[in-house]
Amino acid sequence: MRPLALFALLVGIWEAVVRLAHVQDYVFPAPSAVARSLYGDRGLLGSATLVTVREIALGFLLAVACALLIAVSLHFSPALRRALLPLLVLSQTVPTVLLAPILAIVLGYGIEPKLVVVAIVCFFPIVVNAVDGLRAADPELIRMMRTLHGSRLAIFRRVEFPGALPAIFSGARIAATYAAVGAVFGEWAGSSAGLGFVILQAQPALETARIFAAVVVLSALALALYGVVSLTERILVPWHA
Amino acid sequence: MLRTADVTRILGGRRVLDGLSMTVPEHGRVGIVGRSGAGKSTLLSLVAGLDRPDAGSISVGLADCALMPQRDCLLPWRTALDNACLALENQGVPRAEARDRAHPLFVRLGLAGSEDLLPAKLSGGMRQRVAFARTLLADKRVLLLDEPFGALDAITRSELQEWLANALEDEPRTVLLVTHDVEEALLLCDRVLVLADGRIAADFEVDVPRARTDIAFVELRERALEAIA
Repeated sequence: MRPLALFALLVGIWEAVVRLAHVQDYVFPAPSAVARSLYGDRGLLGSATLVTVREIALGFLLAVACALLIAVSLHFSPALRRALLPLLVLSQTVPTVLLAPILAIVLGYGIEPKLVVVAIVCFFPIVVNAVDGLRAADPELIRMMRTLHGSRLAIFRRVEFPGALPAIFSGARIAATYAAVGAVFGEWAGSSAGLGFVILQAQPALETARIFAAVVVLSALALALYGVVSLTERILVPWHA
Repeated sequence: MLRTADVTRILGGRRVLDGLSMTVPEHGRVGIVGRSGAGKSTLLSLVAGLDRPDAGSISVGLADCALMPQRDCLLPWRTALDNACLALENQGVPRAEARDRAHPLFVRLGLAGSEDLLPAKLSGGMRQRVAFARTLLADKRVLLLDEPFGALDAITRSELQEWLANALEDEPRTVLLVTHDVEEALLLCDRVLVLADGRIAADFEVDVPRARTDIAFVELRERALEAIA
């Protein structure tokens, strides 16, 4: 309850400051103006949310799939790990904001470049955690498995992979908080729908409250994705309470 | 049967095992006792085929031996019965069939009712019994026990020692037991070897009644302890 109470307090202060200082809504809207926009623009925001949710969800799944595939390949090939891991780190130093326009040129203005941007943003924390998680398997368990007819594959399936799941989910939870921002970057680089597009359109029109309303929805989406990941973890990793 | 001949293993420049020779007859039970760092675990790794000697030979390998590690090493994501089934599933037996095949032993070891509990819900003694079921179900002719009860409290330990002695009467295997607990070795084995400086320093036939309070047993224990010191 305490975070909620603090949040309410901050919103209250924000409302009071804007009103007492007579700040115009287009300069900095009060929470009440944002709430009015959330309700008044619900049609616009609703259809934009559907577009962005799709980008976030599919992009995130793409990130998880690629991250697991690469993490497992790196795990099975130490030579590949030594060669590729530094490159993966290097790839993270390229700002996604700059990558998005290039992807739009290469992949067009459909959903594909947005998925790729979301995936690029989300992929890294999952891969790093998965690689570490797979390597962290208890050597004693592996020795025991080897004397129990355990092949390399059996050791991976029954010991290393389940053991790495908590780490993989840690990475996925971090990634979940990045996904919404990734979708917005993707939309900014070229799109005709979505919450990022709504923000882009509202800015020159000085519809500041609508920008804030879109941001509120984006935060809610990020939180929801985080919740879904945490829930999935609870179902799939019940031993790690 | 299990035989090592002149086995030497050098680790970090130290001769951890130095020309060690010993024999465990078929269905015999030999205990290795010694101080920490005497080379007990190194010997088990070599016999298990998880490590190679620098010199000498060992008559068995990975295909013959099942290792019961010091900690129970149960997989926390598998239920008790599924943990016991590990070796069967590793050999490609489908899960349902593996469970069916493992269940009678599971019951015989006094584990009925805890089939579907995760290891976190089991007591230390039960976890150790599941680990023993898992080791037996690997169906190897040699069992390697590495301080099997080291992590348990004294009462559970003495209960399980008695229980293990009975279980091995029912399911005779060639057993190599490594422990720092001389009494445990004397209770469970028919021969106890003292390992010191990488060699067998003393060799005791356990021809006394297996009772902690028996005078002959106590005398044998004192002699073994002296040999270690």
